[in-house]
Amino acid sequence: MSCRAAIESLRARIDTIQSGRRRTRSALAFGLAALDDRLPEGGLQRGVLHEIAGGGRGGGDGPAAALFAAGIAARTRGKVLWCLSRPDLFAPALAQVGLAPDRVIYVEARDEKTVLAAMEEGLAHGGPAVVVGEVARLSMTASRRLNLAAEKTGCLGVCLRRWSRPNDAGEFGRPTAAATRWRISALAAAPLPVPGVGRARWRVELVRSRGGGTFDLELEACDETGRLAVLSELSDRSAAPPAARPKRRASA
Amino acid sequence: MDAGAADLPLVLFGREKNRRVVTAADAAARAGGLRVGMAAARATAAVARLEAEEHDPAADAEALVRLAVWILERFSPIVAVDGTDGIVLDSTGADHLHGGEAAMLQTLVRRLSTAGIAARAAVADSWGAAHALARHGADPVFVAPPRHGPAILDALPVEALRLPADTVEGLRDLGFLTVGELLAAPRAPLALRFGAGLTRRLDQAAGRRSEPIEPLRPQETLVAERNFGEPIGAAETIARYIGKLVVCLCAELEEGGLGVRRLDLICRRVDDRVEAVRVSTARPVRDVARLTRLLCDRIETIAPGFGIEKMTLVATLAEPLEPGQKLASLTEEILPDVASLVDVIANRVGEGRLYRLAPVESDVPERSVKRIPPLAPETGTNWRRDWPRPVRLLRRPEPIETLALLPDHPPASFTWRGVRRRVRAADGPERIFGEWWKRDAELAAVRDYFQVEAEDGERFWIFRAGDGEDLSTGSQHWFLHGLFA
Repeated sequence: MSCRAAIESLRARIDTIQSGRRRTRSALAFGLAALDDRLPEGGLQRGVLHEIAGGGRGGGDGPAAALFAAGIAARTRGKVLWCLSRPDLFAPALAQVGLAPDRVIYVEARDEKTVLAAMEEGLAHGGPAVVVGEVARLSMTASRRLNLAAEKTGCLGVCLRRWSRPNDAGEFGRPTAAATRWRISALAAAPLPVPGVGRARWRVELVRSRGGGTFDLELEACDETGRLAVLSELSDRSAAPPAARPKRRASA
Repeated sequence: MDAGAADLPLVLFGREKNRRVVTAADAAARAGGLRVGMAAARATAAVARLEAEEHDPAADAEALVRLAVWILERFSPIVAVDGTDGIVLDSTGADHLHGGEAAMLQTLVRRLSTAGIAARAAVADSWGAAHALARHGADPVFVAPPRHGPAILDALPVEALRLPADTVEGLRDLGFLTVGELLAAPRAPLALRFGAGLTRRLDQAAGRRSEPIEPLRPQETLVAERNFGEPIGAAETIARYIGKLVVCLCAELEEGGLGVRRLDLICRRVDDRVEAVRVSTARPVRDVARLTRLLCDRIETIAPGFGIEKMTLVATLAEPLEPGQKLASLTEEILPDVASLVDVIANRVGEGRLYRLAPVESDVPERSVKRIPPLAPETGTNWRRDWPRPVRLLRRPEPIETLALLPDHPPASFTWRGVRRRVRAADGPERIFGEWWKRDAELAAVRDYFQVEAEDGERFWIFRAGDGEDLSTGSQHWFLHGLFA
């Protein structure tokens, strides 16, 4: 057996040991090759926790991060559990990226500890397709608990990090057990030929990814079905030449 | 308690010993100089047009029990009738469902007032203290701080102590007017003169002697109970017996085709105190595992003390459980049911804190959203999508300083929370008119909303109060109301 094959088989064995009771390793694709191709699972892996934060000057409130999470939730089916402690989320905006009001159940907790407890409860139950929680602090222990709860049911966990003081932004730098960590910041939109505001653009940064590389991309914000898009200047270019395929032969 | 506002002053006449006297008078009658205890003849003479009804103590008592049952089903597992004019409830074990003691009391008083009952309420550490504060305290709704001690009763009159009328009279003859004076006086002479009843009431009010509330239980309520020869106290033991009781109760529920909406676990301790836990469900439930889980979640709130000698499981509110068809067609995808999750979280954070948001037909952004129960039937409605809406809506619009051309240009720059931003692009105005049918102040009010993009790409929802020309439509000041993504 070659060295490479031996390593591969060992990797597979470690994977089966690590996954334990994990039922599925499916992923939720973004439907955008630019993103999906760079993620190890071909999308956002189900059954783990993902972290999303805002970037730039308005990073603490993270409106772009919240809408990014809503876009992810909009592309699933079933209920969405949204746990928060500051009720300033405006539901009509979520509906505008395709997250119907009937699908979202909000938990307005008194403090962040309760937000995390509600998230864990939701992930362990497995009924909701996505569990979103808005917290400022996420300790290693808390994130591991959420990960374990998600692993059992294959539910997608999203942790929206937000902070009210700029000093708290440092919290986001601390390590957690989340599988991926995203930072979404607003970019200036392409100027329109007429006065007005064009489709929003985001810088989507994958800051950390377990078992994968990091990258940053400039994308157009979620549309009414929660899908991101490649910048229009780029997508309007002529298509890349198709990759050469190996010839197939048929014999009769 | 007062009946609803009527046109004529209303009094009730009843018999006291051999006299016909006024036994109750409403606000209008009291304003006319009528007092409880006044002779009936004098009352009719004093107020010319008077509506008088015969007092019916039996019907009053019956109505009070009905009210107590109503409170039992909605507020607390331990509720009892207190005297002829009050209801006592134990808030422990149930206040978490309403967001704390103060919130629970507010809700209770508000719901009673919508039913036409003007109630006074107080929360205190002992039944005696709460009784006194509710009837003789200054505030109609009062929450005493935990572990308040007897000092809180000092200023209240001696009638507040639930004493017989002749004892009160005797105390007044001796010059005792307030509870404070009575608490400071030596006990032995008082006990000698008025009997042990007085010192017992004093101790109960001060919280030195326990006074368990015997909970009211309507006859048809399903109950499962268990006595322990040897008192139990360990959490695992409590959990085991909860499991056994739930099985018994579910068997009874099945016979009646019922499911529970409110389930109470009442634990009587060896020291004659009662610990209670209430769980509520959004839909009727008869699932042993689910109910056991909900109750076991709250074991940590039970203080077993020296041990529990009796556990009672009460299905306080049971509703018919109808078998429903889950699958409409074979091709339809089955989505998992979240009802059990909703119950678990609601019992932890409180029912009002778990909700869905539904659209309301209103252009005013703050009013376009309403909360509905998390398991309410799907509305199938959505907000209008033709205008962009921000992801974060500030609780109150925050004033900003701007540089803008009137009447209908967006600002060229603005300062929010001390940071100046230049506007790169803007969309608007979206004019929103005040809803004059809701408030008079909104008759002419106008808001002109703009979506603006700052130089670094951040987007904001700002508006000008007023149409930019006419001062009657608003102050013409600018406000920031939300953040776009």
